Amino acid sequence: MKFDYMEAAGIVEATQLLAGYNGKATLIAGGTDLVVKLKQKVKNAECLIGIGRIKELSGIVYGDESVRIGANTTLSSIEHSMELKLKHPVIPEAARQIASVAVRNVGTIGGNLCNAAPSADMAAPLLVLSATLKIVSNTGEKEVPVEEFFKGPGMTVMDSDEILKEICVPLLPADSGAVYFKYGPRGAAELAIVGVAAMVVIDENEICKDVKIGLGAVAPTPIRAQAAEALLLNRTPDEKLIKLAGKAAAEAATPITDVRGSAEYRRDLIEVFTRNAIREALARARKNTGRRHS
Amino acid sequence: MKRVVKLTVNGEEREVFIEPWRTLSEVLRDDLELTGLKIGCDNGDCGSCSILLDGQVVKSCIMLAVQAEGRKIQTIEGLSEGDRLDPLQEAFHEHFAVQCGYCTPGMILTAKSLLDKNPHATEEEIREYMSGNLCRCGCYPKITEAILEVGKAD
Repeated sequence: MKFDYMEAAGIVEATQLLAGYNGKATLIAGGTDLVVKLKQKVKNAECLIGIGRIKELSGIVYGDESVRIGANTTLSSIEHSMELKLKHPVIPEAARQIASVAVRNVGTIGGNLCNAAPSADMAAPLLVLSATLKIVSNTGEKEVPVEEFFKGPGMTVMDSDEILKEICVPLLPADSGAVYFKYGPRGAAELAIVGVAAMVVIDENEICKDVKIGLGAVAPTPIRAQAAEALLLNRTPDEKLIKLAGKAAAEAATPITDVRGSAEYRRDLIEVFTRNAIREALARARKNTGRRHS
Repeated sequence: MKRVVKLTVNGEEREVFIEPWRTLSEVLRDDLELTGLKIGCDNGDCGSCSILLDGQVVKSCIMLAVQAEGRKIQTIEGLSEGDRLDPLQEAFHEHFAVQCGYCTPGMILTAKSLLDKNPHATEEEIREYMSGNLCRCGCYPKITEAILEVGKAD
């Protein structure tokens, strides 16, 4: 691996540098994925533009309607953020399941998304939370729902002169519960064989007023299991319905066979993990509802 | 493309003249002769290259040296004070938590970053925190015992 390296002091400088290289430069924040890819020659770059020190790209800021998480925020900061644990606990729950402490201390949420691995652990939870991504370039900025962000393994809607600035996550209603379950060959430092996130909002009769299910590592991109969601929406999920939703999620998946597991195994896992995720999201929603009324 | 990069290593200002693609693990070992850290998988998986960067444990084989410029680096060489070993080093010795020794520097620095944050870590917390560091001799029970003891002694 050989490349030049430039450090950007701010977002504007970074976008100008990127534009100047005309697609031949790559951004590096933590580098925990990128450096491995460069070493293995899976990826090449003429120049790396360091954005790791840009302060305005990191931080977790709650507003009246949403939380903004800077793209450079490390996975460790997310894992330990008291505010996130309180208001969006599924985000730290997913972050702490990524790699190991030493990687999370350096790796960023923006990097996890921009690398666009189908197994990216931050993706499924952000899908069910209806997050949007703010992307900036030399010429302007745009907001993209996370659902439209991924285009394929390693591919996103971002152009070569664009930078992911922040992730915006709407506040959750009080009567909601969300969860992320991951299954890997071992407990730590592992990529997901499957990852399932679920989010439900229930009313006092336990009718699902909103439900979202996100799947990771079982399609070319992280996906929503919309048929499964439709089964639960405006109904009170019982075991029979939850089983059907698990089946529908497995049908939405188009997994591949690789070293971590076969396509068939993944499909079976999706069914089981979706069921478990729905049950757990419901349990958490009930608990949150109880807390609100007490 | 070579450039001067200033690194603060074990409290000392050091300068290296390196290409930007050099990893921190290579530069610490080959240019600064701090060979305590080991390059095992060279892929960010095994943890034998673990060092502390601004007090946080990181894997130096998947970080470029230029990324560490101006930040405080601590390697295993900077842990003891002269002949006085760090309590973790003592405990690893006492508990025979070392067999071949290849993973040991990374294990000790990872344990240090844990105990700095959570001085009385439980066995479960230790096992989870240390899960990114592999020991192919299988010394895990002894390593856990050593870290537990230091946590209890505090």
